[in-house]
Amino acid sequence: MSIQGKIIKISGPAVIADGMTGARMFDIVHVGKATLIGEIIRLDGDTAFIQVYEDTSGLYLGEPVESLGSPLTVELGPGLLSSIFDGIQRPLESVAAQTGDFIARGVHTEALDHQKKWPFTPSVKVGERVGPGETIGTVQETEQLVHRILVPPDTQGKIKEIRSGSFTVTETVATLEGGKTLALSHRWPVKLARPYKQKLEPKEPFVTGQRIFDCLFPIAMGGNASIPGGFGSGKTVAEQTLAKFANADVIVYVGCGERGNEMTEVLTEFPHLDDPKTGGALMNRTILVVNTSNMPVAAREASVYTGMTLAEYYRDMGYDVALMADSTSRWAEALREISSRLEEMPGEEGFPTYLSTRLANFYERSGRVITQGKEERIGSVTVVGAVSPPGGDFSEPVTQSSMRIIGALWALDSNLAYRRHFPSVNWNRSYTLYDGLLKKWYEDNISPEWTRNRKRMFELIQKDTQLQEIVQLVGPDALQDSERLILEFGRMIREDFLQQNAFSPVDGSCPLKKQHLMLSTLLQFYALGEAAIQRGAHIEEITELPMKEAVDRMKEIPLHEYETKITSIREEMEKQFRALGRVQVVS
Amino acid sequence: MSLVTREEKTVQYISGPLLFIEGGERFAYGSILDILLPNGEVRSGQLLEVSKTHAVVQVLERTTGLDVASTAIRLREEVARIGVSKEMIGRIFNGSGKPIDGQPDVIPEARLPIIGQAINPVRRDRPNDFIQTGISSIDGFNTLVRGQKLPLFSGSGLPANEIAAQILAQAKVRGEEEQFVIVFAAMGITQREAAFFLQSFEETGAKGNVVTFLNLANDPTIERLLTPRSALTVAEHLAFVHDFQVLVILTDMTNYCEALREIGTAREEIPGRRGYPGYMYTDLATLYERAGRVKGKKGSITQIPILTMPDDDITHPIADLTGYITEGQIVLSRALHRSGIYPPIDVLPSLSRLMNNGIGEGRTREDHRELSNQLYACYAEGRDVRRLVAIVGEDALTDLDRKYLKFAEAFEGRMLNQGNTDRSIDETLNLGWELLQIIPQAELRRVSKKVLSKYFTPVLSEGTKSPYY
Repeated sequence: MSIQGKIIKISGPAVIADGMTGARMFDIVHVGKATLIGEIIRLDGDTAFIQVYEDTSGLYLGEPVESLGSPLTVELGPGLLSSIFDGIQRPLESVAAQTGDFIARGVHTEALDHQKKWPFTPSVKVGERVGPGETIGTVQETEQLVHRILVPPDTQGKIKEIRSGSFTVTETVATLEGGKTLALSHRWPVKLARPYKQKLEPKEPFVTGQRIFDCLFPIAMGGNASIPGGFGSGKTVAEQTLAKFANADVIVYVGCGERGNEMTEVLTEFPHLDDPKTGGALMNRTILVVNTSNMPVAAREASVYTGMTLAEYYRDMGYDVALMADSTSRWAEALREISSRLEEMPGEEGFPTYLSTRLANFYERSGRVITQGKEERIGSVTVVGAVSPPGGDFSEPVTQSSMRIIGALWALDSNLAYRRHFPSVNWNRSYTLYDGLLKKWYEDNISPEWTRNRKRMFELIQKDTQLQEIVQLVGPDALQDSERLILEFGRMIREDFLQQNAFSPVDGSCPLKKQHLMLSTLLQFYALGEAAIQRGAHIEEITELPMKEAVDRMKEIPLHEYETKITSIREEMEKQFRALGRVQVVS
Repeated sequence: MSLVTREEKTVQYISGPLLFIEGGERFAYGSILDILLPNGEVRSGQLLEVSKTHAVVQVLERTTGLDVASTAIRLREEVARIGVSKEMIGRIFNGSGKPIDGQPDVIPEARLPIIGQAINPVRRDRPNDFIQTGISSIDGFNTLVRGQKLPLFSGSGLPANEIAAQILAQAKVRGEEEQFVIVFAAMGITQREAAFFLQSFEETGAKGNVVTFLNLANDPTIERLLTPRSALTVAEHLAFVHDFQVLVILTDMTNYCEALREIGTAREEIPGRRGYPGYMYTDLATLYERAGRVKGKKGSITQIPILTMPDDDITHPIADLTGYITEGQIVLSRALHRSGIYPPIDVLPSLSRLMNNGIGEGRTREDHRELSNQLYACYAEGRDVRRLVAIVGEDALTDLDRKYLKFAEAFEGRMLNQGNTDRSIDETLNLGWELLQIIPQAELRRVSKKVLSKYFTPVLSEGTKSPYY
């Protein structure tokens, strides 16, 4: 029995229909003869307020509205990897096949390929009892990734029949007692977090290969971070760099209300890049959810949830998943737009008052968890959300609400971007709350000196910042040599360590071990310099040491020889410093 | 669409540019209506909201002379459309596409909805053909590529129009003879500004190559919302049906946004920042995102929108939202303009996001990226030193700081201040290397050793003086 009503009002993406008795909140509806896709967002008696995911021009009052009786769901199964979806999981390739170069309205298409057959290897036997989230078999989805076919979170029972062979995503592979059937795919509502058994404390770092993130402001696997920055400060490049180099098994990249050409860049670049973790094609671990700024605004609102649900699905298989959301501000603006069409009372800057609740719900879906089922797999979803504050002003509601929730803030700075210092992360404004949790991992796996080095570096760059202020008032000449050494060290940290060209073949991604060696070499340079000045050396003598250029260019050392090279740089450095500041005995 | 078009006198209420009419069942959302005045005049309007009790019509022209009793309305078409044709090149139209050059109507090849449709992201082709504008601060530092949208952020009294005209006159794709077709959309600009452009088209011989849409300052505000959409619909037709390389100039986006605010206020919407509607980002995106290239199509659309930042404020919502959508921005500086530098482009806040696609070996030159980063870094440093000098005086500087200061002066005086010349990219890059001689080689850490040894010729000895030393 379907519920069918009629349109009584149209205003932009907001449509009101009456005769909708029995419809439920957030149910998906088909609007008008063109069967545009929409979602019920308010019910009042028998009238339903609907946000339509497509352009509503050309609709008439009185056209039919039909409820499909279920909320917005995504189809989960093998074949998701390397796909490109719009905000409501329509594969853009199939949309293009139906409507050509431009996106027309009322396109209905399956999210997964329903023709393709996947070889399925069952791992349960007849008579076995299976619970939610347990594996009934596997499909080799890509060369690198085994796709576990899970019992959907709301299903359990005893296996009555299990088949092996090749199947499409909708064919039955197992039957439970009581007649319930399982296929390679199932559906799940996007706004409902997928259940898990237990959330764990994050302990391992989310390694990005970027020195500013890994060394200064690391986040944990299963953690969350936010990247706010004005336009042109490099948010998208940062998000894309993370998608390229992060040590996750699966990357879900949500382009939410951003540029079409940027997505083209990802689409043309990723298939030719290697996955840093497995060596396979980068595209094979990536799912793109794309809703560019000119695509309908309501679907933009859905896109982050669609991305999150896909991420949780792979997490449930025991994988480490990273979700990049670029940009959460566009999502918040979509909320604002819909809210104002519904004539809701606005909060700060016109945003609805439930903005921070929604943001919190979204970020809280990240985490490292023990999944459902007796296998007790551990998986994680790490979320990195870009924020685009108007005018680069961080006091606006989206940035502020995000900052209350997230575990690390990577604040981008236009002034750094202006001088082409990338990643343009401001080290004075950024912070991480994960350093305590991760300390042990870094000390056990990289170096026992890790924490101490970091602390020392932060002390020195703090001093550098203070000295810079003094220089602004009195000029550099008024400083003592020991202070000018700190300025020089600060400059070396900024230019030779923090600055990292994401497009460089050598330095695009820097292993943790090399990061550590670089930092300790720089700190040693400072320590040796300090000692030399105490012995009476001049700052110019230190900055003009012949080996300094080698220290400055450590990031250019190729990965296969950095350990030996940096060791010899340090030996040379000690030798040259030893010659400084000695009292010259005149005979 | 029903063929019977009825006239009806159902106007209930008129406010600003909005007409409220009784009952909306008869009209599709977004329909275009004729508004008939008792004296026989016909104006147009568009349906903004329909409900059982009433419908809201936005009048696309003046509401002067409209009354509640005798004004009639009639359905014209279900969506706003424009007739498009190759014959439109060389002609002048008003914002809704009616010819205003005194020549007969164009016979359309198709009538397309001006709202347009989003290009499917998987069908987009990556923009990577370098467009040489002949202006160093663009080519060398903020490279424009075919299919990009790169706005000019100007301020009142700054020569944005001159720069746009210079780009139009000089733009070429290396190694290709193909000429650009220009689609010029003027929104709320003055007669003087419009005349400047029309005259410059004539002088450069581009006149026969331009489709012009004029909505001048004294034309109806609401038509301003249609002007860019009409222009872009024509641009899409020329690019993707007739294989033209199209350059679209939209000026001035500030006037467009103000028209948007005017309508928003008249509709009693909840205003966003500075009174601009909350959906302005989405609305602007539906214009800017119509630039690009499509797989399998020869043509392309490159957009150069011009906007005036009120009070030179780059954080003003119009500039801010534009910067978030477009692929970079070219920012003009009043300080440079006052020091007599033309074009007064401030390269530091300027940016081209697609620069990497269009430069490097085979496109411009292998050293382009690194050289440009190095020049940026040195210039930024030099500007910092200049600020420092203002406080502590030049005496307190180190030798190195003085060199940076000298570099900044030379960079502005020689690289930026090129006047009306047309510089090739090689000339720009070579000049860059020449200027870098001011800085000691050990400081040039943004360039790899390989590039440095190939392109950088250091000053030979202490005695040999480079003219900038």
